[in-house]
Amino acid sequence: MTTTITRTPKRVSKARADRREPERSSGRRLLTRAPSWGVYIMLWAFVLLIVYPLFWMVAASLKTNAEMFSQAWALPRYLQWGNWAQAWQLGVGQYVLNSVIVTVSSIIGVIVLGAWAAYALARFRYPLRTPLLYLIIGGLMLSPQVALIPLFRLLSTLQLYNTLGALIVLDIAFRLPFTVFLMRAYMLGLPYDLEEAAYIDGASHWQVFWHIIVPLSRPIMLSAALLQAFFSWNEFLFALTFIQDSALKTLPVGLLDMQSRLLTNWPVLLAGLSIAALPMIALFIVGQRWFVRGLAEGMGK
Amino acid sequence: MQITMQNIMQKRPTLVPLMYLLPAVLLVVAFVYYPVVNNLWLSLFRWSAFSPQDIWVGLGNYRALLKDPVFWTALRDNVAYVVVSLVFQVGGALVLAAILEEAFVRRFRVFFRTVYFLPTVISMTVVGLLFTFLYDPQMGLIDQLLTLTGHASWVRAWLGDERTAIWAIIAMSQWQSIGYIALLFVVAMQRIPRELYEAAAMDGANRIRIFFRITIPLVREMTLLASIITISGAFMVFNEVMVTTQGGPNNASQVLATWMYQSAFMNDQMGYASAIATIIFLISFGIAVVQLWVGRSGQTVGTA
Repeated sequence: MTTTITRTPKRVSKARADRREPERSSGRRLLTRAPSWGVYIMLWAFVLLIVYPLFWMVAASLKTNAEMFSQAWALPRYLQWGNWAQAWQLGVGQYVLNSVIVTVSSIIGVIVLGAWAAYALARFRYPLRTPLLYLIIGGLMLSPQVALIPLFRLLSTLQLYNTLGALIVLDIAFRLPFTVFLMRAYMLGLPYDLEEAAYIDGASHWQVFWHIIVPLSRPIMLSAALLQAFFSWNEFLFALTFIQDSALKTLPVGLLDMQSRLLTNWPVLLAGLSIAALPMIALFIVGQRWFVRGLAEGMGK
Repeated sequence: MQITMQNIMQKRPTLVPLMYLLPAVLLVVAFVYYPVVNNLWLSLFRWSAFSPQDIWVGLGNYRALLKDPVFWTALRDNVAYVVVSLVFQVGGALVLAAILEEAFVRRFRVFFRTVYFLPTVISMTVVGLLFTFLYDPQMGLIDQLLTLTGHASWVRAWLGDERTAIWAIIAMSQWQSIGYIALLFVVAMQRIPRELYEAAAMDGANRIRIFFRITIPLVREMTLLASIITISGAFMVFNEVMVTTQGGPNNASQVLATWMYQSAFMNDQMGYASAIATIIFLISFGIAVVQLWVGRSGQTVGTA
């Protein structure tokens, strides 16, 4: 069976090509001919498979309860935004607030502590450096499940049980290994010139950190912050185990609570789900580039 | 003496870098290392959340574990998770990524990549509750679709039936994660030099051939990484099951992590739960060791 390769003149604007793929060669044009229809259909079918349930979730949340049961497939007659308001009042508003507090605090914590640790591991030489590096990175192998029960005792002793502080501290602690790993790799790649110049001018390590390293590390810090946001906002195990008060629950746990309270008022529950999902979807679409980069750099080693 | 970074790095008193490291090290040691080690110790006792006394039982909890049918069900469910996930998440994502990487102009690729990845950024609670709706026998889309296409006999309560519960959950998990793994593969495939594809195309190779002879071997490292991520994720799965079935009906869909949670916080058998946690630890630690070992011996194929 022979295959014929035809040279299809597929034109992509040069500016875009140069920006996106510097090592573009003519071979690319060979392989960017339109794929078979089967492949197209498969790809779009998959898009449908992914998007439809989400679309349905939002559409159904805008129906009345009666519509929901009688015509599950049809679009809502009138958009019942009231469902969303009701979901917000029934607890989602509080859950969002708690989630925001935990997420923002843990982002700040992990970025600052992570950057400090990465700085110490990337820019100084001392005997303990390697063991400490392995100590921090080794944390990657230890999972939250295994730590759960002892943490229960530990947090009770520290009086942190049933506080948002517990979630913040745990989110930071369990994400530090990955974040430090990411930032250290990045910092190792930074050139020394600026720092050397600064030291010659008599700068202290503290100044070098805040005025040189941090600004230069903005891209990786942004990536790390985004990854932390997704982790914290969606974190479930610790939020479930260590928070008892309804008023303190974060979204993932609060929504479960709502499910048992709203037994058959499904549109309102779906509204709550939509409110929980949309920020992260929006954040991802906007911060995609950084997110992918962070993931790629972390996984690439 | 000339001021260079080498000198700076070496001449600072050791106290300086240690200062920067202290907070991070403290947190990680206190909240990650200590609990895991403590857990091994705690599994040797029988204790409850309310009693002040810990009763020493040695390996008693582990013996009980071996005789516990729910434990074996949980283990079996985790293994099912691993197998299915390897096929669909890793295998499926590999194919998906290959299609995305080779066939399209960049413009569209970003769109598809973004869409496929969306489920991953959504909280497991949202996905779980959403699928609880989808799987509902009365008004869920799945059963309605089956009825519409004439397969009414297949209609059942997917999450409420002992035989299908865990599989329904596993399917939901594939939906959520395939985009994530596909993205990892896309990243890896972007590192493959274009010249290799060029040369193969000029030699008359068709797409399938190129996929098997060039793409797959060159993403070997990422395949290994993706497999490790998938396997460890499958052994540690908790959220998916907790949100949908809580391990029911009748413990049919228990996994190790949910059984551990239930033993600890509902059955109040803390020591026993610690034993389960230790099993999870041994499995995930074993996987990590395998990863390090294989990663070390299989060095990257240098770009020719």
